[in-house]
Amino acid sequence: MPMTGSSVTTEPTTGSMPLQGERDIVMCRQMVRRLTQQAKFSLVDQTKLITAASELSRNTVVYGGGGEMRWEIVQEGLRTGLRLAFEDKGPGIPDVDLALTDGWTSGSGMGVGLSGSRRLVNDFDLRTEVGVGTCVTVARWK
Amino acid sequence: MERIPILRMGRALLVTIQIDLQDQVALQLQDDLSAQIERTGAKGVLIDISALEIVDSFVGRMLASISGIARVLDATTVVVGMQPAVAITLVELGLSLEGVRTALNVERGMQLLTAGFDADDGIQRDD
Repeated sequence: MPMTGSSVTTEPTTGSMPLQGERDIVMCRQMVRRLTQQAKFSLVDQTKLITAASELSRNTVVYGGGGEMRWEIVQEGLRTGLRLAFEDKGPGIPDVDLALTDGWTSGSGMGVGLSGSRRLVNDFDLRTEVGVGTCVTVARWK
Repeated sequence: MERIPILRMGRALLVTIQIDLQDQVALQLQDDLSAQIERTGAKGVLIDISALEIVDSFVGRMLASISGIARVLDATTVVVGMQPAVAITLVELGLSLEGVRTALNVERGMQLLTAGFDADDGIQRDD
Protein backbone atom coordinates (compact mmCIF):
# COMPACT_ATOMS: atom_id res chain seq x y z
CA MET A 1 0.00 0.00 0.00
CA PRO A 2 1.36 3.38 -0.89
CA MET A 3 1.00 5.16 2.42
CA THR A 4 2.17 2.59 4.94
CA GLY A 5 5.85 2.98 4.06
CA SER A 6 6.02 6.28 5.89
CA SER A 7 4.28 5.01 9.03
CA VAL A 8 7.59 4.26 10.76
CA THR A 9 8.26 7.91 11.51
CA THR A 10 6.87 9.08 14.82
CA GLU A 11 4.93 12.31 14.70
CA PRO A 12 4.80 14.71 17.66
CA THR A 13 1.56 14.50 19.68
CA THR A 14 0.74 18.09 18.76
CA GLY A 15 1.59 20.03 15.65
CA SER A 16 0.35 21.84 12.60
CA MET A 17 0.74 21.74 8.87
CA PRO A 18 -0.14 24.19 6.10
CA LEU A 19 -3.14 23.61 3.85
CA GLN A 20 -2.47 25.82 0.87
CA GLY A 21 -2.98 23.65 -2.20
CA GLU A 22 -4.31 20.37 -3.49
CA ARG A 23 -1.09 18.58 -2.70
CA ASP A 24 -1.53 19.53 0.95
CA ILE A 25 -4.86 17.64 1.01
CA VAL A 26 -2.92 14.47 0.17
CA MET A 27 -0.26 15.33 2.77
CA CYS A 28 -2.98 15.95 5.34
CA ARG A 29 -4.55 12.52 4.72
CA GLN A 30 -1.14 10.88 5.07
CA MET A 31 -0.42 12.80 8.27
CA VAL A 32 -3.75 11.79 9.80
CA ARG A 33 -3.10 8.18 8.80
CA ARG A 34 0.24 8.23 10.60
CA LEU A 35 -1.30 9.89 13.67
CA THR A 36 -4.21 7.44 13.88
CA GLN A 37 -1.83 4.52 13.47
CA GLN A 38 0.40 5.96 16.15
CA ALA A 39 -2.62 6.27 18.47
CA LYS A 40 -3.49 2.66 17.55
CA PHE A 41 -6.92 3.35 16.08
CA SER A 42 -8.75 0.43 14.46
CA LEU A 43 -8.71 0.34 10.68
CA VAL A 44 -12.33 1.53 10.42
CA ASP A 45 -11.68 4.40 12.85
CA GLN A 46 -8.54 5.34 10.90
CA THR A 47 -10.47 5.33 7.65
CA LYS A 48 -13.29 7.45 9.07
CA LEU A 49 -11.01 10.12 10.49
CA ILE A 50 -8.81 10.26 7.38
CA THR A 51 -11.90 10.63 5.20
CA ALA A 52 -13.25 13.42 7.42
CA ALA A 53 -9.83 15.12 7.30
CA SER A 54 -9.83 14.84 3.52
CA GLU A 55 -13.22 16.58 3.27
CA LEU A 56 -12.38 19.28 5.80
CA SER A 57 -8.92 20.02 4.41
CA ARG A 58 -10.43 20.37 0.94
CA ASN A 59 -12.93 22.86 2.34
CA THR A 60 -10.05 24.82 3.89
CA VAL A 61 -8.15 24.89 0.60
CA VAL A 62 -11.03 25.37 -1.85
CA TYR A 63 -13.52 27.49 0.08
CA GLY A 64 -11.31 29.03 2.76
CA GLY A 65 -8.55 30.02 0.37
CA GLY A 66 -6.00 28.04 2.40
CA GLY A 67 -5.14 27.77 6.05
CA GLU A 68 -3.75 25.12 8.34
CA MET A 69 -4.52 21.94 10.21
CA ARG A 70 -3.52 21.56 13.84
CA TRP A 71 -3.55 18.20 15.54
CA GLU A 72 -3.40 16.87 19.05
CA ILE A 73 -3.35 13.32 20.33
CA VAL A 74 -5.49 13.65 23.45
CA GLN A 75 -5.38 11.48 26.52
CA GLU A 76 -8.43 11.82 28.74
CA GLY A 77 -8.43 9.32 31.56
CA LEU A 78 -8.44 5.93 29.93
CA ARG A 79 -9.45 7.09 26.49
CA THR A 80 -7.23 8.24 23.66
CA GLY A 81 -8.39 10.46 20.86
CA LEU A 82 -7.15 12.52 18.00
CA ARG A 83 -8.34 16.10 17.69
CA LEU A 84 -7.97 18.00 14.44
CA ALA A 85 -8.64 21.68 13.78
CA PHE A 86 -8.98 23.07 10.26
CA GLU A 87 -8.68 26.83 10.21
CA ASP A 88 -8.82 29.37 7.44
CA LYS A 89 -9.11 33.14 7.13
CA GLY A 90 -11.51 32.89 4.25
CA PRO A 91 -14.95 34.37 3.62
CA GLY A 92 -16.68 32.45 6.44
CA ILE A 93 -19.99 30.62 6.20
CA PRO A 94 -23.05 32.92 6.17
CA ASP A 95 -25.58 30.20 7.01
CA VAL A 96 -24.12 27.41 9.12
CA ASP A 97 -27.34 25.38 9.35
CA LEU A 98 -27.62 25.40 5.59
CA ALA A 99 -23.96 24.44 5.16
CA LEU A 100 -24.50 21.47 7.46
CA THR A 101 -27.47 20.23 5.43
CA ASP A 102 -26.94 17.07 3.41
CA GLY A 103 -26.90 17.78 -0.27
CA TRP A 104 -26.43 21.51 0.01
CA THR A 105 -23.39 22.77 -1.86
CA SER A 106 -22.00 26.19 -2.55
CA GLY A 107 -19.70 24.94 -5.25
CA SER A 108 -18.69 21.94 -7.25
CA GLY A 109 -18.98 19.27 -4.57
CA MET A 110 -21.73 16.82 -3.75
CA GLY A 111 -22.71 18.67 -0.62
CA VAL A 112 -21.68 15.96 1.81
CA GLY A 113 -18.34 17.43 2.91
CA LEU A 114 -19.36 19.14 6.13
CA SER A 115 -22.47 17.15 7.02
CA GLY A 116 -20.81 13.85 6.10
CA SER A 117 -17.59 14.45 7.98
CA ARG A 118 -19.65 15.37 11.03
CA ARG A 119 -21.05 11.82 11.00
CA LEU A 120 -17.56 10.34 10.78
CA VAL A 121 -16.32 11.87 14.04
CA ASN A 122 -17.38 11.86 17.70
CA ASP A 123 -16.93 15.58 18.41
CA PHE A 124 -17.66 18.31 15.89
CA ASP A 125 -17.38 22.04 16.44
CA LEU A 126 -17.74 24.73 13.80
CA ARG A 127 -16.87 28.38 14.41
CA THR A 128 -17.21 30.81 11.59
CA GLU A 129 -17.55 34.51 11.04
CA VAL A 130 -18.31 36.13 7.73
CA GLY A 131 -15.25 37.96 6.45
CA VAL A 132 -13.03 36.57 9.22
CA GLY A 133 -12.73 32.85 8.66
CA THR A 134 -13.79 29.38 9.67
CA CYS A 135 -12.45 26.85 12.14
CA VAL A 136 -13.78 23.30 12.23
CA THR A 137 -12.57 21.16 15.12
CA VAL A 138 -13.26 17.43 15.15
CA ALA A 139 -12.20 14.57 17.39
CA ARG A 140 -12.49 10.86 17.25
CA TRP A 141 -11.96 8.63 20.24
CA LYS A 142 -10.69 5.08 20.24
CA MET B 1 1.68 15.38 -12.08
CA GLU B 2 1.10 11.62 -12.01
CA ARG B 3 -1.28 10.05 -14.49
CA ILE B 4 -3.19 6.83 -13.95
CA PRO B 5 -2.44 4.33 -16.74
CA ILE B 6 -5.36 2.85 -18.68
CA LEU B 7 -4.86 -0.66 -20.09
CA ARG B 8 -6.88 -2.13 -22.91
CA MET B 9 -7.92 -5.77 -22.71
CA GLY B 10 -10.19 -6.89 -25.52
CA ARG B 11 -13.29 -4.74 -25.37
CA ALA B 12 -12.59 -3.52 -21.85
CA LEU B 13 -10.45 -0.78 -20.38
CA LEU B 14 -8.72 -1.55 -17.10
CA VAL B 15 -7.69 1.01 -14.52
CA THR B 16 -5.92 0.19 -11.27
CA ILE B 17 -5.66 3.11 -8.89
CA GLN B 18 -2.61 2.54 -6.73
CA ILE B 19 -1.73 6.00 -5.51
CA ASP B 20 -3.35 8.41 -3.09
CA LEU B 21 -5.22 10.51 -5.64
CA GLN B 22 -4.70 14.22 -5.87
CA ASP B 23 -7.92 15.90 -7.04
CA GLN B 24 -6.43 16.95 -10.37
CA VAL B 25 -5.22 13.39 -11.04
CA ALA B 26 -8.75 12.10 -10.48
CA LEU B 27 -10.16 14.68 -12.90
CA GLN B 28 -7.47 13.83 -15.46
CA LEU B 29 -8.42 10.14 -15.22
CA GLN B 30 -12.03 11.06 -15.93
CA ASP B 31 -10.98 12.93 -19.09
CA ASP B 32 -8.53 10.23 -20.19
CA LEU B 33 -11.08 7.46 -19.77
CA SER B 34 -13.75 9.32 -21.74
CA ALA B 35 -11.27 9.91 -24.57
CA GLN B 36 -10.14 6.26 -24.52
CA ILE B 37 -13.71 4.92 -24.66
CA GLU B 38 -14.38 7.10 -27.67
CA ARG B 39 -11.14 6.15 -29.40
CA THR B 40 -11.18 2.41 -28.76
CA GLY B 41 -14.93 1.79 -28.81
CA ALA B 42 -14.54 -0.05 -25.52
CA LYS B 43 -17.75 -1.56 -24.17
CA GLY B 44 -16.60 -1.91 -20.59
CA VAL B 45 -14.51 -0.10 -17.99
CA LEU B 46 -13.16 -1.86 -14.93
CA ILE B 47 -11.78 0.30 -12.13
CA ASP B 48 -9.87 -1.50 -9.39
CA ILE B 49 -9.78 0.54 -6.18
CA SER B 50 -8.51 -2.23 -3.87
CA ALA B 51 -5.37 -0.21 -3.09
CA LEU B 52 -7.33 2.90 -2.12
CA GLU B 53 -7.31 3.47 1.62
CA ILE B 54 -10.06 6.05 1.50
CA VAL B 55 -12.72 7.22 -0.93
CA ASP B 56 -13.90 10.71 -0.09
CA SER B 57 -16.69 12.69 -1.76
CA PHE B 58 -14.34 13.93 -4.46
CA VAL B 59 -13.24 10.47 -5.58
CA GLY B 60 -16.79 9.19 -5.08
CA ARG B 61 -18.06 11.88 -7.41
CA MET B 62 -15.34 11.02 -9.92
CA LEU B 63 -16.39 7.34 -9.91
CA ALA B 64 -20.05 8.28 -10.35
CA SER B 65 -19.34 10.67 -13.18
CA ILE B 66 -17.02 8.23 -15.01
CA SER B 67 -19.85 5.73 -14.76
CA GLY B 68 -22.34 8.21 -16.15
CA ILE B 69 -20.09 9.41 -18.98
CA ALA B 70 -19.26 5.81 -19.96
CA ARG B 71 -22.96 4.91 -20.02
CA VAL B 72 -23.69 7.75 -22.41
CA LEU B 73 -20.80 6.49 -24.57
CA ASP B 74 -22.36 3.00 -24.50
CA ALA B 75 -19.90 1.40 -22.09
CA THR B 76 -20.52 -0.28 -18.74
CA THR B 77 -18.38 0.64 -15.72
CA VAL B 78 -17.68 -1.71 -12.83
CA VAL B 79 -15.83 -0.52 -9.73
CA VAL B 80 -14.15 -3.42 -7.94
CA GLY B 81 -12.20 -4.22 -4.80
CA MET B 82 -13.46 -1.64 -2.34
CA GLN B 83 -12.05 -2.36 1.12
CA PRO B 84 -14.71 -3.01 3.80
CA ALA B 85 -13.52 -0.08 5.96
CA VAL B 86 -13.81 2.18 2.93
CA ALA B 87 -17.34 0.93 2.21
CA ILE B 88 -18.44 1.52 5.82
CA THR B 89 -17.00 5.04 5.78
CA LEU B 90 -18.42 5.92 2.38
CA VAL B 91 -21.96 5.00 3.38
CA GLU B 92 -21.67 6.89 6.67
CA LEU B 93 -20.33 9.90 4.78
CA GLY B 94 -23.55 9.83 2.81
CA LEU B 95 -22.38 8.46 -0.53
CA SER B 96 -23.99 5.30 -1.79
CA LEU B 97 -22.48 5.52 -5.29
CA GLU B 98 -25.89 5.18 -6.88
CA GLY B 99 -25.71 4.25 -10.52
CA VAL B 100 -22.23 2.79 -10.10
CA ARG B 101 -21.98 -0.97 -10.61
CA THR B 102 -19.65 -2.66 -8.17
CA ALA B 103 -18.15 -6.11 -7.77
CA LEU B 104 -16.19 -7.67 -4.95
CA ASN B 105 -13.02 -8.27 -6.93
CA VAL B 106 -11.45 -8.04 -10.40
CA GLU B 107 -12.50 -11.57 -11.34
CA ARG B 108 -16.18 -10.97 -10.61
CA GLY B 109 -16.03 -7.55 -12.24
CA MET B 110 -14.64 -9.06 -15.44
CA GLN B 111 -17.35 -11.74 -15.37
CA LEU B 112 -19.97 -9.02 -15.12
CA LEU B 113 -18.51 -7.12 -18.06
CA THR B 114 -18.00 -10.26 -20.18
CA ALA B 115 -21.59 -11.33 -19.58
CA GLY B 116 -22.67 -7.93 -20.88
CA PHE B 117 -20.48 -8.31 -23.99
CA ASP B 118 -21.96 -11.77 -24.67
CA ALA B 119 -25.49 -10.44 -24.34
CA ASP B 120 -24.64 -7.70 -26.86
CA ASP B 121 -23.22 -10.32 -29.23
CA GLY B 122 -26.41 -12.38 -28.87
CA ILE B 123 -28.54 -9.40 -29.90
CA GLN B 124 -26.32 -8.80 -32.90
CA ARG B 125 -26.48 -12.45 -34.01
CA ASP B 126 -30.29 -12.44 -33.88
CA ASP B 127 -30.45 -9.51 -36.32
